[in-house]
Amino acid sequence: MTSLLADPPVPEAADPTAPPQGRSPAKLAWRRFRRDRVGVASAAVVGLFFLVGLGAPVISWLYGKDPYTTYGQNQPGLLDDFGYPTGPMGGISGRFWLGVEPGLGRDVLMQLVYGIRTSLLISLAVVALVTLIGVLVGVVAGYAGGLVDYAVGRVIDVILCFPATLFFVAFIPVAQAAFVKPTQEVPTWLRAGTVVVVLTAFGWASTARLVRGQVLSLREREFVQSARVIGVSPARIVFRELLPNLWTPILISASLAVPAYVTTEAALSFLGAGMVEPTPDWGRMIQRGAQVYSADFSYMLFPGLAMLIFVLAFNLLGDSVRDALDPRSNR
Amino acid sequence: MLRFLIRRTVSAALILLVVSAVTYLLFFALPSDPALLACGKQCTPQLLATIRHNMGIDAPVPVQYWHFLVGVFSGRSFGAASCPAPCLGYSFVNGQPVLQTLLNRFPATASVALGAAVLVLTLGVGAGMIAALRRGKAADKVAMGLALIGASMQIYFFGIVVRYIFVDQLAWLPLPGYTSPGASLSGWAGGMLLPWITLAVVNVATYARFTRSSMLESLSEEYVRAVRAKGLGPWGVYVKHAWRGAMTPVVTMFGIDLGLFLGGALITETTFNIPGIGKLAVDSVADSDLPMMMGTVLAASTAMVLVNIAVDACYAVIDPRVRAL
Repeated sequence: MTSLLADPPVPEAADPTAPPQGRSPAKLAWRRFRRDRVGVASAAVVGLFFLVGLGAPVISWLYGKDPYTTYGQNQPGLLDDFGYPTGPMGGISGRFWLGVEPGLGRDVLMQLVYGIRTSLLISLAVVALVTLIGVLVGVVAGYAGGLVDYAVGRVIDVILCFPATLFFVAFIPVAQAAFVKPTQEVPTWLRAGTVVVVLTAFGWASTARLVRGQVLSLREREFVQSARVIGVSPARIVFRELLPNLWTPILISASLAVPAYVTTEAALSFLGAGMVEPTPDWGRMIQRGAQVYSADFSYMLFPGLAMLIFVLAFNLLGDSVRDALDPRSNR
Repeated sequence: MLRFLIRRTVSAALILLVVSAVTYLLFFALPSDPALLACGKQCTPQLLATIRHNMGIDAPVPVQYWHFLVGVFSGRSFGAASCPAPCLGYSFVNGQPVLQTLLNRFPATASVALGAAVLVLTLGVGAGMIAALRRGKAADKVAMGLALIGASMQIYFFGIVVRYIFVDQLAWLPLPGYTSPGASLSGWAGGMLLPWITLAVVNVATYARFTRSSMLESLSEEYVRAVRAKGLGPWGVYVKHAWRGAMTPVVTMFGIDLGLFLGGALITETTFNIPGIGKLAVDSVADSDLPMMMGTVLAASTAMVLVNIAVDACYAVIDPRVRAL
């Protein structure tokens, strides 16, 4: 918790003679956020997930296991004759804290821990790209107006009309086949790369639409009009006048997009279009768990719960970020 | 109204044309050769050429797309087999006509979609209304807390957990699956119960949150204050005036979701093994069955576009301000 509150609380009214200090909007937002207990708690949970993902090799070293070794097949007694774990709750024991995977007998905890990396790397990459492209296109369309705006608007309409999940599932194998011969195995980085590219190709449209709308209304405001009248260059108007006013909606939409892409990535892996064996991935684990759930429910339960907690915390955090940045929004 | 409908239909047709062209060019430009797979072990160059011709993939891709379009509007022939007017081709895998397969699969998808849509709309809007009216009270907090948990839940996780607890362990709910309502109405409803509940729980949250904020916004509008000042009772204010204004954005969202559901709820249908269009899409991707994939993409975008037109037409009914336009 302390790491989140690294900023020491400002001693207020310590010196009554000191002139009142102006507070920047960022400072005000930070103060509002700090008072939001749910927001701070969910930030702690999200931070913990990030730490675990970053420190996965350290955890692996301390815990003494990795996500790839098939412990259950190497050591007799962990799995029964049908390949299901022998211990309680999917083989939980002092050695295997969350049990072992049915069939292959890998360690569940290590797969979960490394799965965070897969989910977060892919979703953060998508959010970064989507935000960048969306803001760029949105600002250009909104500011240029006219024919450019019309063309961009129609492209966005078409993209939002595509049945997205279906298209992801259908197009990811196609995109991979463009780089790899059918007889070869697709390398993991290419798999992750195509997922990122395909998700981005469809994701930017909603960000662009949001930004475009904001720019349209900002463009007519006095400060932009007057900047234009005194001959400020368009680039300067965009960067100095428009962008500072766009940070709030951009930040809010990005913070709500991260959990959305974590679940989309997992859904793709669940449908068999995302990450595959042996890459540790929550969606892939749930897919396997869904096949064996009636015999070993806990192998399905742990990745599902991990994702539920992460997504819930991130959604709560997103709400708090919105409240802090935009106190007028009533939700 | 007529002009509006004509304009929307033309733009919908254009969107479908673009979607189908993009889909076709992307998928059929694949480097893998379905004819080679179908040809088998004793493949000769002549046989391969014949198969390619019969599959209709021996021309350059843009020409193939043109043939595909012609097939949709006036029929075409694949080798000896002829395919009448709205022709979407034949499956590469089992040789079934795509259109017929889609039509066969549609009832299952429609059953899932319509039942879930009814549940989502009534529960979501109801919860959102209650939360808005009791803003800050216990009911509001409970409803919004539950909504947030629901929104963070995944169909493929929640669905299987519910199935494990209520079907496998407690046996309170029947096994999920699709039976034709014509054959057995109770069997149909029973089999659909689990998919409906799952889809509803996951989606209700969004509607509850959205209705609540939309309702709060419209309750603070001038016209609501005006009818209040005129002495209208709370029921009249909430339901007749505020609610109507609040519903427009909710209906927009509902249109998008219903379109998505009708195009095949991929994850729900895969989770519960329901033979709808979504499951068909996932299977045809796994089999690289291009015509079938194309068919499912087209079906899904058609559903999306049609529902959106219907929704736009509904605005006029809900919101009197739109009618003036």
